[in-house]
Amino acid sequence: MTEAIIQRARGAQPKKKSEFVRVLKQLSYNRGAMLGLCIFVLELVIILLAPILAPYDYAAMSSAIREGPSLAHLCGTDDLGRDILSRILYGGRYSITMGIFSVMIAVVFSSVIGSIAGYFGGRVDNIIMRILDVIQSLPGMLLTIVMSAVLGSGYFNTILALSVNCIPGQARMLRAQMMKNRDAEYVEASQSINCSRLRIIAVHLFPNSFSPLIVQMTMGVANMILMASSLSFIGLGVQPPAPEWGAMLAGSREFFRSSPHMVVFPGLAIAITILALNLLGDGLRDALDPKLKK
Amino acid sequence: MGRYILKRLLWMIPIILSVAILVFTLMTFCPGKPEAIILGSTATEADLAALREELGLNRPFLVRLGSFLEDTFLHLDLGKSYITKGSVAQSIAEYLPRTFILTVATMAISICLALPLGVMAATHQGQWQDNLSMAFALVGISVPNFWLAMMLVIVFSVILDWLPPMGIGGLEYYILPAISGSLGGVAGLARQTRSSMLDVIRADYITTARAKGVSEFKVITKHALKNALIPIITIIGTQFGRQLGGTMVIETIFGIPGMGQYIISGVNQRDYPVVQSGAIILAIVFSLCMLLVDLLYAAADPRIKAQYSKRGKKVRKT
Amino acid sequence: MDNLENKSPFLEIRGLTVEYFSKETVVHAVNSVDLTLEKGRTLGLVGETGAGKTTIAKSILRILPDVGARIVSGDIFLEGTDISKIPEPEMRKIRGQKISMIFQDPMTALNPVQTVGSQIEEVVALHNAGSKAEFRRRAEEMLELVGIPKERYSDYPHQFSGGMKQRVVIAIALACNPELLLADEPTTALDVTIQAQVLQLISQLRERLGTSMILITHDMGVVATFCDYVAVVYAGSIVEYGTKEQLFDHYQHPYTTGLFGAIPNMSLDEDRLHPIEGLPPDPTDLPKGCAFWPRCKYATERCKQEKIEMTVTSDGHLCRCCNLDLLSQEGAI
Repeated sequence: MTEAIIQRARGAQPKKKSEFVRVLKQLSYNRGAMLGLCIFVLELVIILLAPILAPYDYAAMSSAIREGPSLAHLCGTDDLGRDILSRILYGGRYSITMGIFSVMIAVVFSSVIGSIAGYFGGRVDNIIMRILDVIQSLPGMLLTIVMSAVLGSGYFNTILALSVNCIPGQARMLRAQMMKNRDAEYVEASQSINCSRLRIIAVHLFPNSFSPLIVQMTMGVANMILMASSLSFIGLGVQPPAPEWGAMLAGSREFFRSSPHMVVFPGLAIAITILALNLLGDGLRDALDPKLKK
Repeated sequence: MGRYILKRLLWMIPIILSVAILVFTLMTFCPGKPEAIILGSTATEADLAALREELGLNRPFLVRLGSFLEDTFLHLDLGKSYITKGSVAQSIAEYLPRTFILTVATMAISICLALPLGVMAATHQGQWQDNLSMAFALVGISVPNFWLAMMLVIVFSVILDWLPPMGIGGLEYYILPAISGSLGGVAGLARQTRSSMLDVIRADYITTARAKGVSEFKVITKHALKNALIPIITIIGTQFGRQLGGTMVIETIFGIPGMGQYIISGVNQRDYPVVQSGAIILAIVFSLCMLLVDLLYAAADPRIKAQYSKRGKKVRKT
Repeated sequence: MDNLENKSPFLEIRGLTVEYFSKETVVHAVNSVDLTLEKGRTLGLVGETGAGKTTIAKSILRILPDVGARIVSGDIFLEGTDISKIPEPEMRKIRGQKISMIFQDPMTALNPVQTVGSQIEEVVALHNAGSKAEFRRRAEEMLELVGIPKERYSDYPHQFSGGMKQRVVIAIALACNPELLLADEPTTALDVTIQAQVLQLISQLRERLGTSMILITHDMGVVATFCDYVAVVYAGSIVEYGTKEQLFDHYQHPYTTGLFGAIPNMSLDEDRLHPIEGLPPDPTDLPKGCAFWPRCKYATERCKQEKIEMTVTSDGHLCRCCNLDLLSQEGAI
């Protein structure tokens, strides 16, 4: 009798693995998503290899002030004679990693918060939801601006400030999934063999509630990259001379009439990255949607 | 229904109070001293200490919090700016309408563009209209709004000289700012419209409408769209918050003196009253708008309206 | 005398073929169907789910989905006019007025954001001239006719139970006194106790107004009570057709035999049910020859190869089987 229950409790695990493979397969049919994935992976490789690929040192000034694109400088130079292409390559290290890390930090927090709220329900859930309500009554940008001011500018501080944005939305989603799965049989089975609550949440419930979060995370990275550049643009976040893409745009504001190339290329870098992530996120959403299972 | 509105309004009170406490606490932990920024680098230690005492910044945290809450909520006094010494309430009264109008205008443009795009994509699913509109939406969502703003200024102000690049004044000063902010929103709305419409078009009651002899145009507009609008309204609600934040950035590009500029400079200058009161006011405006969206949602869907008016008695099903 | 003999039937369908298609597959939903119906009569369309009955009905009204469905060929004559070929604006005038339809699932058939009264009023206003007040009065009349108090005009569909919703659907269908009513399994989604009520209602109203009806059902009991003629549908074709008496007393096609045999006989002491062996064919890949041969005990080579035509057995009784002599020899019929 107990054997059967143990088997069922264990049986919940393989389901996750084959589900993973199925989702990957379905994703591979979506050409847009594959394109997005390739572009993003390519970008990751590029920024990793930035020191090798960049034609110039990103901080190296020269006398070639505000020159348009040429063979020597593929994206032109900025007002201090620095090569824009190199700055974009290095800048990606800031922008993209800020996006990724802020979402990851948010996921850690939101997982804990969402799991607690979703599993325990009742009063605990109520309190947590009210706190999230308060955080969400401030328009996102405003909260981030205040957090950024409190924490100060700079790379790591901005990552923290950004992550606060993602936590409420992710926590809510996880909570909803946990509540849905809480009454499943395999949870009952685990409880009946005296699994500790922590184990049930961490090993059984959480992996099965995770998938909608993946789409949110992908879109979250895109949003955070956008927000990071917005922050830099208005003078918070990462500041010049760091070549973060938003900071580059802030620096080129005064010159955008005379030297539009200073504005076009960093903006293009942001747009392409976000486009790729959105394509990927859309593809993931379609692949995970049970209604569209092939 | 009235009961529901009252309940929501009452619920706003503790939330706004909590927001006030949250922002106040956060600002307290801000590094940098306001008195140093006000007096500048030439100030002496004595001057700094005196100003600090005058601004009441030496009192214990809870005392300061208590007095802040009392001033703001009991006396409805939003304080004076540390920097300009002017009334914060007056400044907000001047800046808030501009931000609000700009946000509403931006959302209006988004909606006017997104709905037809979404409907067209849905009614021509799989064909070029669908692919094109969704591609356009995707690009819209990927382009940073401040970059778009700069690009638009380059094209329309510098090259074509049709529209003013910055400042405030008549209607034409709002056009470029509103357009730059709207494209990001168009994407999300168009996609939601499309998927809502696709769901609705396949519904049985649409076939019933056709079987009655209703013209295809009326089927789409009167029957399908009315039902599809319901989830779209909720999306509009969530977008409004993002839009409000985005407007703050747009204001800095176009030099529009609105809440965005006000709060951002307040943050940079550690002008506590400005940031605190500004945040509270924005939170109130935002919550009221959310309430409005929920009410619109109820107006569109009689099932939701029934839920809101339930108050314990069961909906009669006979 | 001559007039009576040359009188064309009220509804005549000839060679109707309908396909549903996607990028990869083609579903042969309806395959060269011929049907006739006389004025004031009821024709029952029986068959399993997926046999194509609803598609036939929707094809008459031309309300198949725009994308993915196509009437490949066929003529549909309503009182002599081929309504499958008339332009769309004219067809719209017919929908809801000359021909109307009752759908299967009342829970989803009504617009959730419109009051039930205005949904009835809409169909009245579409096909009649008059004032808003007149339309409203007519809608209220219809509500009373189907047994719903007219005070409930401004209520929304979610405030009604399934049976009441179906009554509203009936009210909409009959509001303009249609000449032909297409009822697609009108009671399948309802409780058994409500089923009888709703069918009675439809029958009464129909008799009062003299409406012809095509009643789609898979319930032989319903056929026996309400239909004059019966057509048995299998895999998109009519395999047997006749009057109710002909079909119930002298059914011939092996599929029809299977259908009747599957009905449990309450007076016999039996342990098991007698389903028809096998499964309905895949409509994207129909068998060559007779669609039923894979499940037929009496299938011959001819059945597997040739396209089978209808055999006329007695006056008006048609059967799509080439082995009727063989079957009567075996004592099967």
